[in-house]
Amino acid sequence: MSDHQVEGVPEYTYTPDKAPPAETSEQLRARIPGWGVDLDPADRPQVPRERRDLDLPGVRWRFPERQPELQPRERSIEHGTLPPVYGTAQPLHGLSGTIRRLAYRRYSEARAAHWLLLMAADRVEARGAVLRSLATLRPDDPVTETGIVAELEHHGWRSRIGRGRADAGHHALDPLVVGGSWALGGAATFVVLRRAARARRR
Amino acid sequence: MKAMVYRGPYRVRVEEKARPRIEHPNDAIVRVTRAAICGSDLHLYHGMMPDTRVGHTFGHEFVGIVDEVGPSVQELTVGDKVMVPFNVFCGSCYFCTRGLYSNCHNVNPNATAVGGIYGYSHTAGGYDGGQAEYVRVPFADVGPSLVPDWLDDEDAVLMTDALATGYFGAQLGDIRELDTVVVLGAGPVGLFAAKSAWLMGAGRVIVIDHLDDRLEKARTFAHAETYNFVEHRDIVVLLKRITDHLGADVVIDAVGAEADGNLLMHVTSAKLKLQGGSPVALNWAIDGVRKGGTVSVVGAYGPLFSAVKFGDALNKGLTINMNQTPAKRQWPRLLEHVRAGHLKPNDVVTHRFPLEEIGEAYHAFSAKLDGIIKPIIVVDGAA
Ligand SMILES: NC(=O)c1ccc[n+]([C@@H]2O[C@H](COP(=O)([O-])OP(=O)(O)OC[C@H]3O[C@@H](n4cnc5c(N)ncnc54)[C@H](O)[C@@H]3O)[C@@H](O)[C@H]2O)c1
Ligand SMILES: [Zn+2]
Ligand SMILES: [Zn+2]
Repeated sequence: MSDHQVEGVPEYTYTPDKAPPAETSEQLRARIPGWGVDLDPADRPQVPRERRDLDLPGVRWRFPERQPELQPRERSIEHGTLPPVYGTAQPLHGLSGTIRRLAYRRYSEARAAHWLLLMAADRVEARGAVLRSLATLRPDDPVTETGIVAELEHHGWRSRIGRGRADAGHHALDPLVVGGSWALGGAATFVVLRRAARARRR
Repeated sequence: MKAMVYRGPYRVRVEEKARPRIEHPNDAIVRVTRAAICGSDLHLYHGMMPDTRVGHTFGHEFVGIVDEVGPSVQELTVGDKVMVPFNVFCGSCYFCTRGLYSNCHNVNPNATAVGGIYGYSHTAGGYDGGQAEYVRVPFADVGPSLVPDWLDDEDAVLMTDALATGYFGAQLGDIRELDTVVVLGAGPVGLFAAKSAWLMGAGRVIVIDHLDDRLEKARTFAHAETYNFVEHRDIVVLLKRITDHLGADVVIDAVGAEADGNLLMHVTSAKLKLQGGSPVALNWAIDGVRKGGTVSVVGAYGPLFSAVKFGDALNKGLTINMNQTPAKRQWPRLLEHVRAGHLKPNDVVTHRFPLEEIGEAYHAFSAKLDGIIKPIIVVDGAA
């Protein structure tokens, strides 16, 4: 016990010094390949965080040429103008498109309504896509699309059971998230048909 | 061309799609040879990212051969083998000129808070990604780099995100010599962060997860001490016990939005989408780090709010550093480290799937079957 130590108080934690390291820098350098090659905090790619000396030799513009806007492009109302370059994949369409357009036109990214409308549109679009696919040569196939056969090919049981995994419990909920749209769609159709049938009987 | 396509939560398939076109003079079209699935793709796959559209092609980790270039492209020619950082960025805006490539302001109309990311929903700009035979690469003179001939293809794929992000995450921890560093999450990003922490002089590296195969990898690949959080009633108490009740100097969150360990948090975010992400790991980081310490967040969270323990962060005087990785900014140094043998990226690759088996690949990676750590998608079987 060193002389400054007080009876009943641990030597570290509640006193000025940290416990000495379990291993010294020399020991670590010998044990771990590459230990300390980036030791100097000032000599790391992210330091300082904002740097004007990084080289991007291919940049020859102050503002990039604008990509032609062949279709009206939705944008966040927090933008002052349409950025010059953007993705043109999956343009807005149908009911989901109307909801998304509303989310972009009306609400900033700061508003929960913006994101909740976008999520609602995602669900509407996915359900619609399942229905629309039935009229195509390639209807949605939950078996291949969920990749569920991987459970057989990649030891679904053995990968989970008896391994104390924290996620095994909610994996059981996954089919609800997937099947939910089919179940909900089915239930909705049933209710509508039943109403229609009752209305006709009356 | 063949491309991975999103059909709805937990459902993806390969579809025949139109080959992408040059839409801007500085675009290139790249024929993809190898791609990967990232932990971030799971957030899309699980339907957590707002404005993920049916028909969207995911994939922000890919390498390939330049197949076509726009009229203003000067740095690349057809036939070049390139690696493409996961960020789409212009190189000239306020943010890019300061090195914040992941925060570019000129590439994403849909959200000012988010930069441009390949195949990462419309919230990240609406670009189709690289889990496909061809992909449109905007700003071909800015983002892509030639793959050095000594670099393995899979290592090159990992440079585009997972490796760069692990290395970036360690830097955000502002690690000083002999610091105790805790890494939450032993996925590819966490494993690379743990490995990188040593390069920056960490004195102890501790990795936490609940998947034994990954913890095993953390011990062998990243020389880390490991703990399985399922085996401990309260992980924060454990972290205190093993750090003289002070807490770690640095904690890195390499888990993100779908953190396990609290069913309520997981279900309200990952399943019910009522939060931007389950903040379980982030809260463990805040409570497990020492006062005045640094929390590095590279785990990704959605744009909705999450129940983060902000009061503890304030009362402890923490520094919380975070961002999407400006991947290309890490490359010169990372290439040195890979070449010198300090980092061997494809040691974390456990599975390889042909593009045709994309459904199984996503399922296996999502459900963490078969000890999977990093799946590579082989797009061009011949290459
Ligand atoms: N900032 C960026 O630029 C960037 C880039 C790539 C990935 N990411 C994000 O990094 C995260 C990790 O990516 P990955 O590819 O390694 O994903 P991954 O899904 O393979 O790994 C996540 C790991 O975290 C573990 N985990 C779950 N809950 C945990 C908890 N409470 N404590 C500790 N571990 C827990 C899981 O078991 C899994 O091993 C994801 O959120 C991803 O979106 C961010
Ligand atoms: Zn990623
Ligand atoms: Zn920019």
